[in-house]
Amino acid sequence: MSKVRSISTNLLRGGWVWLRQVSGDAAYDNYLRSTARQADSGPPLSRAEFYLDLLRRRYSSVSRCC
Amino acid sequence: MKRILEIIVWAAIALAGAGALAAIAFERREPLNAVWFIVAALCTYLVSYRFYSAFLAARIFALDSTRATPAERLEDGRDFVPTNKWVLLGHHFAAIAGPGPLVGPTLAAQFGYLPGTLWLIVGAALGGCVQDFTILFCSIRRDGKSLGQIAREEVSNRGGTIALLAVLAIMVILLAVIALVVVKALRESPWGTFTLAMTIPIALLMGIYLRFVRPGRVLEASIGGVALVGLAVIAGQWVNASPSWSQVFTLSAPSLAIAIIVYGFAASTLPVWLLLAPRDYLSAFIKVAAIFALAAGVLVVRPTLAMPALTRFADGSGPVFAGKIFPFCFITIACGAVSGFHALIASGTTPKMILREGHARIVGYGSMLMESFVGVMAMIAACALQPGVYFAINSPAGIVGKTADAAAKTISSWGFTLDPQTITSLAQRVGERTLLDRTGGAPSLAVGMAQIFSGTIGGEHLLSIWYHFAIMFEALFILTTLDAGTRVGRFMVQDLAGHAWKPLGSSRSTAGTLVGSAAMVGAWGYFLWQGVQDPLGGINSLWPLFGIANQLLAAVALVVATTILLKMGRARFIWVTLVPMAWLVVVTMTASYEKIFSASPRLGFLAQANQLAGQISSGAIAGAAIADTRRLIFNNRLDAAVTAVLAAMVLVLVVEAICEWIRILRGRTRPVLHESPYVRTRWAGGNPVWSQEAER
Repeated sequence: MSKVRSISTNLLRGGWVWLRQVSGDAAYDNYLRSTARQADSGPPLSRAEFYLDLLRRRYSSVSRCC
Repeated sequence: MKRILEIIVWAAIALAGAGALAAIAFERREPLNAVWFIVAALCTYLVSYRFYSAFLAARIFALDSTRATPAERLEDGRDFVPTNKWVLLGHHFAAIAGPGPLVGPTLAAQFGYLPGTLWLIVGAALGGCVQDFTILFCSIRRDGKSLGQIAREEVSNRGGTIALLAVLAIMVILLAVIALVVVKALRESPWGTFTLAMTIPIALLMGIYLRFVRPGRVLEASIGGVALVGLAVIAGQWVNASPSWSQVFTLSAPSLAIAIIVYGFAASTLPVWLLLAPRDYLSAFIKVAAIFALAAGVLVVRPTLAMPALTRFADGSGPVFAGKIFPFCFITIACGAVSGFHALIASGTTPKMILREGHARIVGYGSMLMESFVGVMAMIAACALQPGVYFAINSPAGIVGKTADAAAKTISSWGFTLDPQTITSLAQRVGERTLLDRTGGAPSLAVGMAQIFSGTIGGEHLLSIWYHFAIMFEALFILTTLDAGTRVGRFMVQDLAGHAWKPLGSSRSTAGTLVGSAAMVGAWGYFLWQGVQDPLGGINSLWPLFGIANQLLAAVALVVATTILLKMGRARFIWVTLVPMAWLVVVTMTASYEKIFSASPRLGFLAQANQLAGQISSGAIAGAAIADTRRLIFNNRLDAAVTAVLAAMVLVLVVEAICEWIRILRGRTRPVLHESPYVRTRWAGGNPVWSQEAER
């Protein structure tokens, strides 16, 4: 029973993480981790600045297909 | 023992797939159940993924997971972001899945279920997936460069320019034709128009929330937005029932076209956070959910296909669009089998996010298989309708007449039984005034989806809600493609205009933004207007033009891929890209030739122009109609010129590439690959992004 619960919990957690990553909800967290890994990255952007920067980049090239 | 078991399992999958394909191809005694299509598709996908994509990955590309990808070497947390392969699969699939794999198969169902289904399955496994996988691999090895840049470096400067011009041309035609699909679906439909109109204030609310209240909290904003859209679909029936409100939202085709043109201009010029981005979030959620719901619904309902395997319209006389199975089935079904547009995504954001080279197999090849499955679902939904109903919805009034009686008489004369009462009552049951002359594929797909959904949840009681949910879902993500495409097209136009006058090239220049947006919207808006005015419905001429442009872009991508394989020393294996490329060149050149020069006025642009010109000179057309007819003549000649220019550009590129291939094969030129140098990965084990997130 506890094994079933553990598998279900892991599946739910994995699904939630996947949803956050795919939707872009976790983009800022990824960015902070990425800047933390780089020694020469300077101060990171705020969440609001990052969001605007992300949108500007995403919609400057083909991002949706037919 | 394990090896033997594996052989038995794969042999069983292959046999099941072959059996189901044989049933689809040869069973004529009784109507087929959709389960045969699902088994045939899934088994073929499994076998092609397990064996063919593994062959491509190991023997051709020699994918090397010890090699650092651009996401690792150039990581900046913005463009270059190492991403878990299942997350990237979701990203990539959401990016490539548009209206094409839904609308194309629905239109091609006029030939019957057989040709379209076979092309969807085989074309994807041997063509579309190979193209997406190859271009993704090439871009990963070149720091995530775009198709145009790769073509310029590996083929020639001219090749790069042709790729860029082809992209701009295809975008103009694509945006026009998908806007026309929305116009045809929402014309005289207050419920649908209200629901779609409501997505604009909902997106604005989401945009303000994401910008000022909770920046970047996409999930919570999207969940709220999806709930509001659900309410809008339900509220639409009250609008439809109210005499005064339904009048407000009842728009003619020209009024809708103008509204969409104004909307496209606004979405391209307004800040991206306000309208475009939140709509995109909203549409991505609904799109993926609706596609999965359709797949689940088909599995639950398992409808029987009423459409025959082959219809009489294989001879080219079809009412939905003119032209024989070859080449027009392969032009009409573009995105579900092979789509050149995918090469832009595969050489866009995806290669910059891939964590390991080995992941390119599931992301590039696997996601195209998923897209093909969406196409098969759309084919099932269209063919599950009674053929008479399918043709009544998808045929223009110019062919079947304007009333239910006239349509029933014409369609029955084709051998498909249709009672006028059937189509009238179906329209009432889905909450529409009429379903006649709703060309473009979206309404018949929505009827098919509504029947499948209502068979799963709600029954007849919810048929109208499901129909309008399906219409909203199709229109919403079509308009999102329209927004995003217009904006990217605006940047391309500004790039070109910047060569003439530098300030126009700056994306921050107001004049540049306005001029670029007006040029792009003006270009696709012209073709949209032309489609709205067309007495044969517009889809008849514009969808093949879009299909030709899209398949020509695929041919460009495969030419580039073949050149790179040769330079990599894989001459023995160039058939993997050469065969689909040759097929696409033959198909598109034949289709282009027929669309320009066919003697049939329904098929050939010039023949139709000449017929109309003859009618004016013989006095058959007089008075005010002459000006309209002259415009139709001009439009037909313009379509012929656009087709000729597209075909000529690709022929130039193919000839140029073949010359380069001969030089390489004869040893006259030393092949130079422009790959980034090998760097060993620092991340030998695990995925840094996924593991850290999951641990929290």
